[in-house]
Amino acid sequence: MATDLDHTARLSSRREGETARFALGGEWVLADSAALEKDAAGMAAAARGAARAIVDLAQIVRLDTAGAWIIGRAMDELAHAGVSVSLEGARPEHVILLQETKFRPFEAPSRCRRLLVVDILADLGRSVVSAAQDAYSGVGFLGEFVVASGVSLMAAGRFRFTSLVYHMESFGFRSLPIIALINLLVGAIVAQQGIFQLRRFGAGAYAVDLIGILVLRELGVLLTSIMIAGRSGSAITAELGSMKMREEVDALRVMGLSPVEVLVTPRVLALVLSLPLLTFIADMSALFGGLLVCWVYEGISPAAYLSLLQAAIGRNTFIVGLIKAPFMALVIGMVAAMEGMATRGSAESLGRHVTASVVKAIFMVIVLDGFFAIFFAAIKY
Amino acid sequence: MTDLASQTIEKPAATRETVIRVRDLFVAFGQSLVMRGLDLDVYRGEVLGFVGGSGQGKSVLMRTILGLVDKRSGLIELFGRDRDALTSAERRRVERRWGVLFQNGALFSSLTVRQNIQMPMRETGHISARLMDELAMLKLELVGLPASAADKFPAELSGGMIKRAALARALALDPELVFLDEPTSGLDPIGAAEFDELIATLQHTLGLTVFMVTHDLDSLYSICDRIAALAEGKVIAAGPMEEMLACEHPWLKAYFHGVRGSRLSGALDARKTNMRGRE
Repeated sequence: MATDLDHTARLSSRREGETARFALGGEWVLADSAALEKDAAGMAAAARGAARAIVDLAQIVRLDTAGAWIIGRAMDELAHAGVSVSLEGARPEHVILLQETKFRPFEAPSRCRRLLVVDILADLGRSVVSAAQDAYSGVGFLGEFVVASGVSLMAAGRFRFTSLVYHMESFGFRSLPIIALINLLVGAIVAQQGIFQLRRFGAGAYAVDLIGILVLRELGVLLTSIMIAGRSGSAITAELGSMKMREEVDALRVMGLSPVEVLVTPRVLALVLSLPLLTFIADMSALFGGLLVCWVYEGISPAAYLSLLQAAIGRNTFIVGLIKAPFMALVIGMVAAMEGMATRGSAESLGRHVTASVVKAIFMVIVLDGFFAIFFAAIKY
Repeated sequence: MTDLASQTIEKPAATRETVIRVRDLFVAFGQSLVMRGLDLDVYRGEVLGFVGGSGQGKSVLMRTILGLVDKRSGLIELFGRDRDALTSAERRRVERRWGVLFQNGALFSSLTVRQNIQMPMRETGHISARLMDELAMLKLELVGLPASAADKFPAELSGGMIKRAALARALALDPELVFLDEPTSGLDPIGAAEFDELIATLQHTLGLTVFMVTHDLDSLYSICDRIAALAEGKVIAAGPMEEMLACEHPWLKAYFHGVRGSRLSGALDARKTNMRGRE
């Protein structure tokens, strides 16, 4: 790196009648570019009125492309001002360098400005179209998945059992602790709030009904699905996306294997099988959280809690929650796999698709839950 | 064998400045020793071709010199200074004096080619925007890329263009020392020859020192001043092409006198006699 020592005589100019002489010396390198540019800009002013300019490079110690470029640019400016410029004392390697970096104007990066309104409208249109395309390709992908899983289930030899178990372990078994924990906490929080609000009407014991119905019908499955969308959906997208980026997916395809069958089916099936199991665990831990809070705050003993719970809920309450789980899993798996497969070459694209996967999966899970609520209300289950 | 190696290493040492000096280097991954007491010198202004069988650790050595892989023991001197003795600020200053071309380019995929080239310049913090734009375009032109490539993203470029763009980025700060990891692999012969020529031109004009890991015999013959060969965790021979051809080590014999090697050396001999004839 250049130090401040050898800056003394980087540029000295002398006027000899019609001729301006510039003696350059020292280091003309990128590290000093700011100062060099300033010096070079001064050359045009110093040569005003002169007919000829001689640039003497004999004293230059070091020259790199940046330095050569700045010299070339200054010489070009002089030439434009009507001064005929010549070089003197340049070493052969410097001459080559100066030739290689001879000044030529580059067009500035084009930043076309458009109307903001037009941009917003175009963006809006594009997202509507892409949403429609998403729906369309989602249906196509679902069909592909159904065919692929049908094929692998029918032909026993083609079913990837090891892969399925492996993914069930990583999506299901390994998320047990976190699922149990958050549901325990949410069950406890709902119970506490319920007790506090209902106590005002002297109906604190009805908190048990609140917990039982809310947790079993909605909260257990919803929280589990959201957690799994964040935890496993993102993992699926990232995994498939990086496989896509490294052409692993293409390698499968040219071997005559269907990526959907090999990669997507085991993962989605693992999710479909794991999520109901996780939902069951979630339900149980939330009810347990409620039990603890009811005991501490309202003095309802565990035995009393259980009998109140039995009175409050029926088998259908439990089934309604559980029945939604495989559908949630399917939605999460489909969205995650589709986003993964849509990944293009760059790391940025992978990041964007992982984000989109999680956001879309959670959104779809909640929308689906809404539809289920309408459906079950309509059939009075 | 070792005698020959040490001779060829030490002969020019007295006359030329050493840019990289590696002594008695040991590198290990877990239990397996990759480098076993490796010695290497790279002199200022030369193009050193580094050869070795696949999996012998050529890239590991390069990454060790660059500080990406930790060594177990040994000395690495960069520009005459022990790397272990450098403070982190000095280390950064050393790192600005070299440019690295990774095997797969390692361009930042979220930046355009222009932004990739400007990235190291931007980090220095005192280069005007105009100069950065101009220099980026100049570097692009130097490495033989069209101006239209400037605003493309790496994912939109072909393999050869990625190599060129990565070289342009490696040259962004006008380094004194350039590391090239298999620069011509994956290029067509014409592209590879152009790349060789480009490196030779840059080396002449900028006084570049080039450390090139390569398998391309053409590059070895046409632009390398010296060649070092790696086997069994050591540099088994280092010297100009003639010495390497005369070397008796079985691996080197197989390498340079194998089918592809002898075809080329035959061509080289023919060219030499041709030139002599013309003189």
